[in-house]
Amino acid sequence: MPSEPLIQLRDVHLAFADNPVLRGIDLDVHKGQAVSIIGPSGSGKSTILRCLTGLLRPQLGSIRIGQTQVDQLRGEAELIALRKQVGFVFQQYNLFPHLSVLENLLIAPTKVLGRNRNEAREQALALLDKVRLGHKAAAFPGELSGGQQQRVAIARALAMRPELILFDEVTSALDPEMVGEVLAVIRELTEEGMTCVLVTHEMRFAEEISDQVYFTEHGRIVEHGSAAQIFGDPVHERTRTFLQHALGQGGQRPSRPAPDVYRNLGRYSLSV
Amino acid sequence: MATEHLATLWHWAPTLGMGLLQNIQMSVGAIGLGTLLGLLVGLLLLSPLAPVRALARLWVQVFRNAPWLVLIYFTSYVFPFDIQVGSTWVAFPDWLKVTVGLALPASANVAEIFRGAVASIPATQWEAARSLAFSRGQILRSIILPQCLRRMLPPWMNLYAVVTMGTALASLVGVHDLIDSAQIAANTVNRSGFTVLVYFSVLALFFAYCYPIARLTQRLERRYAF
Repeated sequence: MPSEPLIQLRDVHLAFADNPVLRGIDLDVHKGQAVSIIGPSGSGKSTILRCLTGLLRPQLGSIRIGQTQVDQLRGEAELIALRKQVGFVFQQYNLFPHLSVLENLLIAPTKVLGRNRNEAREQALALLDKVRLGHKAAAFPGELSGGQQQRVAIARALAMRPELILFDEVTSALDPEMVGEVLAVIRELTEEGMTCVLVTHEMRFAEEISDQVYFTEHGRIVEHGSAAQIFGDPVHERTRTFLQHALGQGGQRPSRPAPDVYRNLGRYSLSV
Repeated sequence: MATEHLATLWHWAPTLGMGLLQNIQMSVGAIGLGTLLGLLVGLLLLSPLAPVRALARLWVQVFRNAPWLVLIYFTSYVFPFDIQVGSTWVAFPDWLKVTVGLALPASANVAEIFRGAVASIPATQWEAARSLAFSRGQILRSIILPQCLRRMLPPWMNLYAVVTMGTALASLVGVHDLIDSAQIAANTVNRSGFTVLVYFSVLALFFAYCYPIARLTQRLERRYAF
């Protein structure tokens, strides 16, 4: 692993009016890593991602991505140069409703990067196949389910061939049934070595795919470490209680059989 | 008696028809000019420069809050009868002054329709486009405006119908429009029965022109309701 991280945040502070949201964030992401940021709502997780892509500007501290000092960027041209490198996937998909799925994938590469349209089209179709939506190229966003729209949004971010992708609670707006199909796409990306930073409430998923996990609360990093350490042996009491609730352990409800017992019920009843 | 009036009406029909054409000409001119001006002012309303925005807002406030008749008198008496272009004098007829007079409030309304449509596009569309490295101009052109146009269409058509009805004011500054022609016909024939009939015809003609616009607007509104 290279010693120089791709993303480096140092003592990042940000407040909306008098309301401090980030109170000194330090965060490192190395190239090819998948890093998850977890924590209770309102702890500033999404704000960190927005700072990374220059949608928000911190009042204090330093943010570096590659060679770019993000907090120093002035003017639209410099921000555009940054955003060509950084993909962003939103909780609410935010596809362009007036464009077909294929056009959603084509518009930025052709208009922003000036890529050849035919070449961009081939790439877009390949990406749609990758997210298993090749058959929906001509559909409009309004005709797709939430999970399908989110997969298109991921493909749209990939079409820019970014160096890293930021995922902002991308499954929070989805029906439970659709969460799996979106996570499968993200898992594939991490396996291919795409640098990913995820804000997520899917703890099992974060545990499974992350190289590093950051736990935030009240605008601070409470602790961070490998997925195994954070989920298996958290140092801080606060992390421990959060994970207990988030993973549904230690609740008052009587424990139920594991889901796979239900799924395989047929097999059990056969033996009766 | 009634057939006699109808025969007289038939006799006057070409005059009334020419009058209606004058109204149509003014309404199309006013909405066309008003739309061009209004889109320009609307774009200025979105300018990143505060003084430009303030000027555009002033334009909208002044022309949206002035009675149309006042604006028509204003353009009729402020503008000269003819304008010198190079060495020739170009006539500036009354109907054209009325067209400009109607285009001013139309432009203010189009600017507001435009601003409203842009504001109705969720901020998340801007964010999504910005995170794809679009510039502000590109976002407006490729993402926001195409979504605005469909939303603008129904209120724009509504404005078109209102402007058309506003052309009836042109008779007050001496334009030979439908109302003026009807007045002349009524005064010339000078029979109360005919006067009633001719104004009913005027009503019917305006309705025949505006009603299809209103219906089309309703249909478009249903179609583009999100």
